[in-house]
This record gives sequence, C-alpha cells and structure tokens, in this order.
Amino acid sequence: MIKIDERGYYGEFGGAFIPEMLHPNVEELRQKYLEIMADPTFEKEFRDLLKDYVGRPSPLYFAKRLSAHYGTQIYLKREDLNHTGAHKINNTIGQILMAKRLGKTRIIAETGAGQHGVATATVCALVGLPCIVYMGAIDIDRQAPNVSRMRMMGAEVRPANSGSKTLKDATNEAIRDWINNPEDTHYIIGSVVGPHPYPDMVARFQSVISEEMKWQLKEKTGNENPDAIIACVGGGSNAAGAYYHYLNEPDVRLIAVEAAGMGIDSGESAATSVLGSKGIIHGSRTLLMQTDDGQIVEPYSISAGLDYPGIGPLHAHLIASGRAEAISITDEDALRASYFLSKKEGIIPALETGHAFAALDYIKFKEEEVVVINLSGRGDKDLATFVKHFERF
Amino acid sequence: MNRIQQLFNNKSSEILNIYFTAGYPQLNNTASIILNLEKEGVDLIEIGMPYSDPLADGPTIQDSGTAALKNGMNLPLLFEQITEVRQHTQVPLILMGYFNQVMQYGQEKFIKKCVDAGVDGVILPDLPTFEYEIYNKKMFEEADLNISFLITPQTSEARIRKVDELTRGFIYMVSNASITGTKTGISNKQIEYFERIEKMNLKTPRLIGFGISDNKTFSTACKYANGAIIGSAFIRALNKSENLADTIHSFVKKIKVG
Ligand SMILES: Cc1ncc(COP(=O)(O)O)c(C=O)c1O
Repeated sequence: MIKIDERGYYGEFGGAFIPEMLHPNVEELRQKYLEIMADPTFEKEFRDLLKDYVGRPSPLYFAKRLSAHYGTQIYLKREDLNHTGAHKINNTIGQILMAKRLGKTRIIAETGAGQHGVATATVCALVGLPCIVYMGAIDIDRQAPNVSRMRMMGAEVRPANSGSKTLKDATNEAIRDWINNPEDTHYIIGSVVGPHPYPDMVARFQSVISEEMKWQLKEKTGNENPDAIIACVGGGSNAAGAYYHYLNEPDVRLIAVEAAGMGIDSGESAATSVLGSKGIIHGSRTLLMQTDDGQIVEPYSISAGLDYPGIGPLHAHLIASGRAEAISITDEDALRASYFLSKKEGIIPALETGHAFAALDYIKFKEEEVVVINLSGRGDKDLATFVKHFERF
Repeated sequence: MNRIQQLFNNKSSEILNIYFTAGYPQLNNTASIILNLEKEGVDLIEIGMPYSDPLADGPTIQDSGTAALKNGMNLPLLFEQITEVRQHTQVPLILMGYFNQVMQYGQEKFIKKCVDAGVDGVILPDLPTFEYEIYNKKMFEEADLNISFLITPQTSEARIRKVDELTRGFIYMVSNASITGTKTGISNKQIEYFERIEKMNLKTPRLIGFGISDNKTFSTACKYANGAIIGSAFIRALNKSENLADTIHSFVKKIKVG
C-alpha cells in the first residue's frame, strides 16, 4: 500500500527538516490541511473554480497518428488546455483557497519555467492578494514571456541571484522570505516537494488529473485502468497527479521521465534518480544530486521546469521501491519529440512535456496496450528555444 | 566534563559567542581566527561548515560559505584543522551546519570525529526535535556531544519546554523572525519576548542570536540572557580585513566596551 504516514513519510522519504523559524507556519498547515480540504464548502469552491475558471475536466484525447506511428494506443491527458497552459493551476487554485482559510494576506511562490509563477499570479489576481514570485535570474531570461504574464497580472517577480540562479535557488529565496514574514504569508510551493505536508497536499490537489482519467478511460476503452502512464518529473507534481489514483493498482505501469540534459555522464544533467542519493533538500528527505561532502549540485536541463536537483519524496519512494520506472531523456531527444508531436498531432508541448513524449522512442508497448501520456503543458513559453532549432527538425 | 558545561558553570552572564565560516576568507584561516578570538576573550566559538544551500542564513553568511567552498573547504579538512588547533586551546568549539552535511558524512562517524577532534557541541538548525529524539539523541548523549536547539518569538510554550528538555549546552534564542544578518537593533517587541522567556525559568542557559552586531545590541541581549551570538557582523568585519589579528582585536573590543 503506497500511503503517506502521520509524520509525512512515504517509506523512508519525506518528513519536515526545517529550521525552527518555519515551524509555526508549517505546523499550522500540517494540523489543518486535511480538515480544510475535507470541508464540503472548501471542496465545492475548489471544484467550481476547476470547472468554470480552469476549464476542467481536461480532455483525454486519443492521438490517432501518434498511435499509428508507435504501434500502440496512445491517449493524451490535455493539461495543456487548462487556463494558463499547464497542470500547475490545479495546485494554485487549491492553495490560494487554503491560504484564505488560514487567514493569510500575502502570497509568495518560486518558479522555474514560469508556469507555476503564472498560475500563482493568476489565482492571486483572482482573489485579490499581493503576489511575489522568486525566479532564478537565468530562468527570467529563458522564460521571458512568462515573466511578462506574471507582471501583467500584478505580481512582483524577484530574481534569485544565488547559486545556480535557477529553480533550486528560487526555492531557497522563497523559503527565506517565509522565514522573514512568519505571520501574514502563505508560501504556494509549485510541486510535490518541500517539508510535509506540502508533498501530500500538492499531490491531492493534482490528483484531479487521475480522477478524471479513470472515468474518461472507462468511457473510451471500457476499462478505467491503462497499461501505462507516462509523465515528466521535475519535482513531480504532474506525475503525482497522473499516478495518484493508480498508485495501488500494480497492473498500471508508472513511468517517470527525468531530464538527462546533455547526457547522464556529461556533468550537465538533472536525472536525479540516476545521479542522486539520499539526503535533504528544501526540508524533505529524498533523492537529490549532491557531492560526497553533501553539497547540493547545480543541475542542468534545457527545460527550466525540470532543472531541479531533487525529486519529491513520493517519487523517491516509488522509484526506490520499484513501483515506478524512471527513464532519462536528453535535451536533444526532448526537442525532437516536441517537434514530432507538433507535426503529427498539431500540439506544441512544453519542453518539459516533450521529455515525456521522447520516452516512446525508448519503451516499446504492445499494439493493444493503452498508454496515457500526461500532456502537462503547452509550448508557447518555449517558442524562442524551439525556433533556435528550426532547421534541424 | 564538556567544555561548554564547564564554561556555563563558571560564568553565567555576558557570554560572547562568535560565529565564523570555516575556510573564509582563506582556506587555512581556521586556527588563526580561533586563537585570536580566544586571545581577545571570546567565550565560545561557533564554526560554520560552509553549505551550498543554507536556508536559515542571509546573504552575508551564504556568500562567505560560497567563497569557502570555492577555496576548497570540506568536512574532512575542517576536522583536520580543528584537531590541530585543539592542541593549542581549550576554548569551547561548536560546529554549525545543515543536517544533510551530517547525513552524507555519516552520523555515527560525524559524532565520533567531533569528539576526537575536540568539538564540544553542534547546531543543526534544520534537524527537528522529534527526529532528534527518535534517531539521534542517544548517540549524542553517549558521546557527550552537546546540541543546541533554536527557539523564536513564534515558538509555542510547549515547544520551548521540549527544547529545554532536549538541549544540552545552551538554547539558541533567535531574536527575531528572520534569517541571519537581516535586521539590526532590538525593538520593544523583542524585549517583551526576551522577558517572556526569562520568566519561564528554563533550566538550560540561553544565548541570543540574529541581529546582534555591536556593543549596544550585545549589552541589551546580555540583560535578558546569559549572553549573545554574533555572526554576520563578524563576517562583514572579516570581509574588509587586512590583518586578522588586528581586525579581531578591534572587533571584539568594540563589542565588549563600545
Ligand atoms: C509544463 C510543465 N510540465 C512539468 C513541469 C515540471 O514540474 P512537475 O514535475 O512538478 O510536474 C513544469 C514545471 O514548471 C511545467 O511547466
């Protein structure tokens, strides 16, 4: 049975390794999140917004030409069609309602690709709360359209200039902000990472993805279980959402796609399950990339959303226990797969999502097998990167 | 007896604890900084193990850590340096760092190495008390290695009692809700917090840290606790230092007598 325990552990991964300064906020959240989420008025508000504002349920689309090419039955869970263009908004809607219940009046977030930053800026505009988004200085450059979107909705984007100037450092800065503002602020974490209860809370908000998949598959194939689910993993929130209701269905293969960057052995990679070891990052005991001396390594991926040296504790547990299979995909393969999907199906995926599609070139499925790919986001934000490689694909 | 307990047995007020980052400004400054601090009458010395992702620290300490790592500092080397300097001083030494560093080094090996090198206590701000109680306490106590837990203005009374029970050495009272090195000066609200804690009659001595940077803040902190801890202000002094002995002499003098 895969389940989080009372202390926030999945097997040996999870927990809350936080400085005392964060304790009151994290503890308040831990004590209240399940109760608040179970409140029918909260549930209704959350569901109504997912339907009327986000546009859920997101379609489950049978990709005919892609299926013919790979000789298997491929369905796409269209999180790219959500308002703001990715799965991230499922979580931010949930967390902004949570913040309101907790009486918080100021919102902070970290972002890598900018999708979570945009989704947070969006819900802050929706409820009228001030929003500060920390973003690595490098990511501010490579995801410029999302920076403009956040600013247009009234959020302040603060560059993180420490360390590798990417997602890890933006997360550090957001945590420091929370330490400095212990009373009025809620931190909307963007993935299934961080101290307990964040990984569980975010997974629950994202679990709407697999909840819908179940009835959609039943309708389309007669069976609510697919043979496999493929999702890219940065911190792991879209994957957690796509796996959630299948975690204890051992017949459903769970395939986690990590970013290999320039290649596993190149020194420029973000493939945590291969290159990582047990340790603590952002308050969670999980797998992370680090030196022998316990210094966290600066990862690399072409995609800002996968450029993170850890994975959520749920995924560390799934991979360590053999429940999920991990595969790593290079920048080059992700670019090629993104172009291929665009030309085959008329869908331009986010670069993060492109990694999930590239897995099809490495894992062979039988003709009658049903494979769901979680199409976590759309590629508008990555156009500048795609265009650089126009001639090659 | 552990040197920290010994210190508190002999002295209960105006205790000055100074923090520096190992490997900064130069890789091999550790011994010289420790010996000079001791010479100037500093009671306790906290040695930062530089870390890539120091969540509880502000830019001053983070930057010194980044520089120290670039200089080549690591735990095996730091233990060598401490073993060597221990031949020349009996000042209590405390290691401060993040729990991931201990995990990677190996907890058992870390504790043993601390004892062998002559380290008297540790501060690991991201090691929660309940994890410590279950997994770490026994080993620390058997080795007579002290550990200090933190409390803040937001820490509940029940938790403070727990910290009082678990802490060996001194309780680290964070003066204000903040990371290190951000706020200076002490407000009335902070004084209320200091008084509230004073009235709790804790069994463990207390040192106040974060935002202590000069004679005025040091004296105020000493009124409400057994002493105080200075970190970022000392690092800032080292940043500009041309001669360590001179810098440390005038820094400590300014703290003690203004
Ligand atoms: C479209 C998309 N997919 C995936 C991710 C990776 O995050 P996670 O692993 O939490 O789903 C991101 C992150 O920014 C994203 O924007």
